[in-house]
Amino acid sequence: MSSLILSTAARLLVALLLLFSIFVMLRGHDEPGGGFIGGLIAATAFALYVMAEGAGAVRAVLRIDPRKVAGLGLACALAAGLIGLPAGEPFLRGLWVVLPSGKIGTPLLFDVGVYLVVLGGIVALVLALEEQR
Amino acid sequence: MAGHPHDAPASRATRVGTAVGISLALAAVIAVARELPAVVSGSSLRAAWTWFPDLGPSLAFHVDGLSALFVLLIGGIGALVLLYSSRYLRGHPDAARGQLFLTLFMLSMLGLVLSDDVVLLFVFWELTTITSYLLIGFENEKPGARRAALQALLVTGTGGLALLVGLLLLANIGGSFRISEWDVGAFTAHPFYPAILILVLLGAFTKSAQVPFHFWLPNAMAAPTPVSAYLHSATMVKAGVYLLARLQPTLGGTDAWFLALTIAGGATALWGGLQAIRQVDLKLALAHTTVMGLGVLVLFLASSSTLAVTAAVTFLIVHALYKSALFLVVGIIDHASGTRDVTLLGGLGRHMPRTALAAALAALSMAGMPPLLGFFGKELAYESALALVAQPFLLVTVLVVSNALVLAVALLVAYRPFWGSLPGEPRTLHPAPFAMLIGPLLIAALGLAFGLFPSFTGRVLIEPAVAAIRGQPSPVSLSLWHGFNVPLALSAVTTVLGLVIYRLREPLNAALGSIAARLPWTGDRAYDASITGLQALARWQTSVLQGGSLSRYLATSFATIAVAIGGVLVGHRAFSWPSAVQPVPPAAWAVAALILAGTGVALIAGSRLAAIAALGVVGVGVSLLFLIFGAPDVAMTQLMVETLFVVIASVALLRLPALRGPELRTRPGRARDAVLAIAVGSAMAALLLAVLAVPLDPLLGDWFVRNSVPEGHGRNVVNVILVDFRALDTLGEITVVAVAAMAAYALLKLAPAAGRPKADRR
Repeated sequence: MSSLILSTAARLLVALLLLFSIFVMLRGHDEPGGGFIGGLIAATAFALYVMAEGAGAVRAVLRIDPRKVAGLGLACALAAGLIGLPAGEPFLRGLWVVLPSGKIGTPLLFDVGVYLVVLGGIVALVLALEEQR
Repeated sequence: MAGHPHDAPASRATRVGTAVGISLALAAVIAVARELPAVVSGSSLRAAWTWFPDLGPSLAFHVDGLSALFVLLIGGIGALVLLYSSRYLRGHPDAARGQLFLTLFMLSMLGLVLSDDVVLLFVFWELTTITSYLLIGFENEKPGARRAALQALLVTGTGGLALLVGLLLLANIGGSFRISEWDVGAFTAHPFYPAILILVLLGAFTKSAQVPFHFWLPNAMAAPTPVSAYLHSATMVKAGVYLLARLQPTLGGTDAWFLALTIAGGATALWGGLQAIRQVDLKLALAHTTVMGLGVLVLFLASSSTLAVTAAVTFLIVHALYKSALFLVVGIIDHASGTRDVTLLGGLGRHMPRTALAAALAALSMAGMPPLLGFFGKELAYESALALVAQPFLLVTVLVVSNALVLAVALLVAYRPFWGSLPGEPRTLHPAPFAMLIGPLLIAALGLAFGLFPSFTGRVLIEPAVAAIRGQPSPVSLSLWHGFNVPLALSAVTTVLGLVIYRLREPLNAALGSIAARLPWTGDRAYDASITGLQALARWQTSVLQGGSLSRYLATSFATIAVAIGGVLVGHRAFSWPSAVQPVPPAAWAVAALILAGTGVALIAGSRLAAIAALGVVGVGVSLLFLIFGAPDVAMTQLMVETLFVVIASVALLRLPALRGPELRTRPGRARDAVLAIAVGSAMAALLLAVLAVPLDPLLGDWFVRNSVPEGHGRNVVNVILVDFRALDTLGEITVVAVAAMAAYALLKLAPAAGRPKADRR
């Protein structure tokens, strides 16, 4: 199925959706959002691209295998838990650096991990289904 | 073993493995030998490390007379068996693996006899089961070996499960996981005592091959000979004996204990002896005498008198020494001549005099001839059997007959192959290499040395073990000459009877064989029947529960949900109707109408696309409801999930041909589905109403709301819970997401697609 309208619209929408997904993930700690919903939005973006351009185009754009994205996500979440261990903190203790302009902490890394797992897992599934012809 | 190039150099891995294994064995022996003076003087050593401090079990070890004796046997025989097997398995492609399994098995046995904590003991117990499974199935390309390994695993593993429950009950009553901390008087009068006794005996009797669980042991002869020498002399099968000895102060002293052990032990001793004399395979003959020996050991652990326990401990040493030596000798015979069939052997003594010497020494001990240790064992056995019960006639008869049978088997194994002439055409005999000869020679010589120095053996090896089993100082004195008494007369009777049995073994075998053929069932057949039955049950339940029809799976799952939820609600009479109904905003009514409309369209849709789209409408409606009632997070997530559901379901289902014919449900089928759907929906609605009727405990919610900003640096409480407060849960969930996605990916990518040539797949 190839449609010029879908294809043109998809290019624009995919970029917007990906940007929006990162925005939703980052604001998640204080406003509605978070890594899970962000990952779902990003997966929707790629699902749209699959429908417009096919699985091959998505693999080319992604460059890395979505399964590896999911694995990387798990590694991020695990790393967020392990960071505090050398300092004697328990596993998964949230550690924060509060700056005047904002704050950054291990829960953010954890949330990025959630984002990547959801994104990688769903995109892998959509691609595998699409390639089942 | 004749097929292997024995003269090829051992691989590096095998040499390293052998060296490590032998070093560990010797280290254990030396460590315990250094503590022997303390152990002999009656003290026991303890060491403990924390393991599960909150649950109780700890890494608690102890060395007393009983465990010290076992460590010496396991480590000493283990080192010699490892040396022997490094040569025996040379050229075998899996030689290194064999040495590794032997070492792991040895360490499991050492752990088992050194554990003070019952949970730790059980872990080592199971490790011996698993490593013996690997050892028995070492020749894993042979179906017979695989069957024997699985049989040993299932029989001893089932007993192990019973034992676990028994040990936990013991720990519960004893108030501690450590055996040494129990008040031994607190158990036999407890109401749970019969249950504990049955469970523990199931564990010990399966492991130590007591009738009717004995059948796995002869089958386990599928293992390489050094493995059999080790497993069936000093270790694996003695684990059950060790357990009975260890728990005797706790569980012994009752009529039930006495009867169970005497009956099982006596039957096992007699049965093993009768089976042993029928064998022509030397290894199988030895295996059945192991069954006999285990029966004798269990029999004497029935009583807690010094005499009976001394008889048991002495026979334990006697049996471990002669049995391992003779198994190793049989391995040499097999290695040299290429057969273990006694009817094809003879005259080997001229070619291998040193092997014949080892065999003769071990067999003399086995036959109970003075001055070897076996003589002491037999005398003690008769002496204590005479004192065990008021009417000892039956018991003594059983013992005399089994000992005579064992004597005949000793002749069969150590006399028949070495004397006379080699039948058939002349064969080249490989001389036994040093590494294989040293083990049986040394072990058989120990049987003589221990007999020549009875006071040392009694004081250093036997007395501490007896004291440890009985839990009190128990003086033991071994002496060669007791004067002309009943035990000596019984010994003479045994010897004469044994010689007669040996001479008449062929007519005897014919008679025994015709009896055996008429037995309605044997343990082995019962095992086969239970395995077949289990498989039939599995096939039946698989065909019922997993027939392969997706709609049936869904129907089963939903029916289960409806029954489980509905059942609980009915059982608790938990139906309720909210007393104060909040006013529902008009928008919510509109959304509810939308959801109903979506449901209706999905029901009557003529195409899959329409049905999926209609379900998408339902999902969007639900997320709108979340939004209306103030949960934007959930609403957003629900919306995305619904979107992706529609996309993925379309991609998956649109490939299928249009709905037609048999794929459209029949009218009764649709009626059934409707009933099921209404049942699940009603159950869920009733559940929600029941949940709402219970006042919400605000404790956790308040805590999270209060601490979200100060502790979690975030104002979105839901997100702070997900990534900080309950991050471990989330970590588990995303792991499940990733694994599920990988599994689905593998299914899609790897499943051979029906009706498509394989090369066509991408």
